Amino acid sequence: MVEFLQFTLSGISFGMIYAAIALSLVLIWRGTRLLNFAQGGMAMFTTYIAIEVIYHTGSYWAGFVVALAAGIVLGTVAELTVIKPAAGKPELNAVIITIGLLVLLEGLAGIFYGGQFRSFPAAFSVTGLRVGSTALGVSRFDVFVAAAVLVTTLLLAAGFRYTSAGLRMRAAAFNATVARLNGIRVARVITVGWALAGLLGALAGILVSPSTFLYPNSMDTIFVFGFTAAVIGGLDSPLGAVIGGLLLGVALSYASGYLGSQVTALVALGILVVVLMIRPAGIFSGAQVRRV
Amino acid sequence: MSSPAEADGGQRASAAGGGAALAVEDLVAGYGEVLALNHVTIEASGASITAVLGANGAGKTTLLRAISGMVRPRSGRILLDGVNRTGRSPEELARAGIAHVPEGQGVIPELTVEENLRLGTMAWPGSARRRADRGAALAEAYERFGVLADRRRKLAGTLSGGERQMLAIARALIARPRLLLLDEPSLGLAPLIMAQVMDMVVRLSRESGITVVLVEQNARAALSIADHGVVLNLGRVVAAADAKDLAADVALRHHYLGF
Repeated sequence: MVEFLQFTLSGISFGMIYAAIALSLVLIWRGTRLLNFAQGGMAMFTTYIAIEVIYHTGSYWAGFVVALAAGIVLGTVAELTVIKPAAGKPELNAVIITIGLLVLLEGLAGIFYGGQFRSFPAAFSVTGLRVGSTALGVSRFDVFVAAAVLVTTLLLAAGFRYTSAGLRMRAAAFNATVARLNGIRVARVITVGWALAGLLGALAGILVSPSTFLYPNSMDTIFVFGFTAAVIGGLDSPLGAVIGGLLLGVALSYASGYLGSQVTALVALGILVVVLMIRPAGIFSGAQVRRV
Repeated sequence: MSSPAEADGGQRASAAGGGAALAVEDLVAGYGEVLALNHVTIEASGASITAVLGANGAGKTTLLRAISGMVRPRSGRILLDGVNRTGRSPEELARAGIAHVPEGQGVIPELTVEENLRLGTMAWPGSARRRADRGAALAEAYERFGVLADRRRKLAGTLSGGERQMLAIARALIARPRLLLLDEPSLGLAPLIMAQVMDMVVRLSRESGITVVLVEQNARAALSIADHGVVLNLGRVVAAADAKDLAADVALRHHYLGF
């Protein structure tokens, strides 16, 4: 029973990271029907930037803030330089461009920072928390991870719901034509979507790297898990992304806990295949989703 | 009716009247191989109601889409108050005072009624003014369209066809356009609702001086409220006259308009 609690709590903590990646994918998908294959690569790159800042300034939080800012910048620059020119052309072009962007980022990271695994500091203690004599299976850092993603998600949700900018983004995502007829600069809205996705990816990268170590391919698996979470929840649904992330995190935690950690990736891909076969639109989606 | 102070030289229609004059000159537009508009020339004077009529495939919808920027013309010019607006993007034209309610697409069903109305404010110049005036503009819309006030927090998708049409037109009006393009506003509506919509269009034109270009399959209803009529057939203008004269021309009516 205690084991079950531990697996559940640690699953929630990892699930929040998958939720962050899933959310960033949903942000871009809703606006443009494009799956950003470079999302993990962008997160890895901004985490390298963070580690350089931490190394040179000695301050974790400086690195944290710079990484988030770099995420915003990287998302904006990527959209403006390589994604926007593909608008209006066959969709496959844009998909291939994001894959190319992924390869570019991983290559650059290897060139600038080398391929060796680097350890990344955690913001808070990673010692397991206990209630009385029972180990909970999560640490203060894990709690911070969950809280950070939750707070960011709630801020985003509030922004979408209550601000004019949020309304513009939602309108552009639901019906770009009607949005443009109302004077909404949809091209600008899309760029902002990429900037926010970059921010979320950067957050995910910093939060997961203490567990996975940092190397040019370190975010590949997380990207697949985040994508799976987004598909489970429905690529159109931000709420679905978060819930999909939590469900996946918990499921993978049970799988690795009871079956051994080598089955984790297998279970994730198995879940992805099952969801795509049974309900490709995802749990929370009402509409049809085109297969990429 | 209040209007925000203009920094851009009175570009939006005000209570004093100021609907834009529209001139479409020799317009050619189409989709791929198909020419939907074949050297079309049309004029609509400020504050008038112009009905664009014709059978399916005549090019009526393409005409509105070309004016609002959804379709880029291959040649020809579109002038708003004498200013060349050809080939501009829909966003720019919306901000220049053109409000287009496309057929069946005037509202976003996934947003609430109030959010749809707020979309109309996105075309206003100057964001600071937007916040202050938005409340007043919404209140005005709710007063004019009581049924929307009752449903303001409901998703637009839950509204009936007639209510959605009211919402679409209300949204277009909040943008304070100088030119209002309506594509088949009565499509799918019960006759009583359709009459209400037509009534509203007339009142709006008279009260606010907005220039209205109205595409309608229901030629009789459209001619009964319009000042001028234009008949298109296969991408060409086959008749352009005062609405009364068009309605009285029995041969034309039979041939092109079906009544």
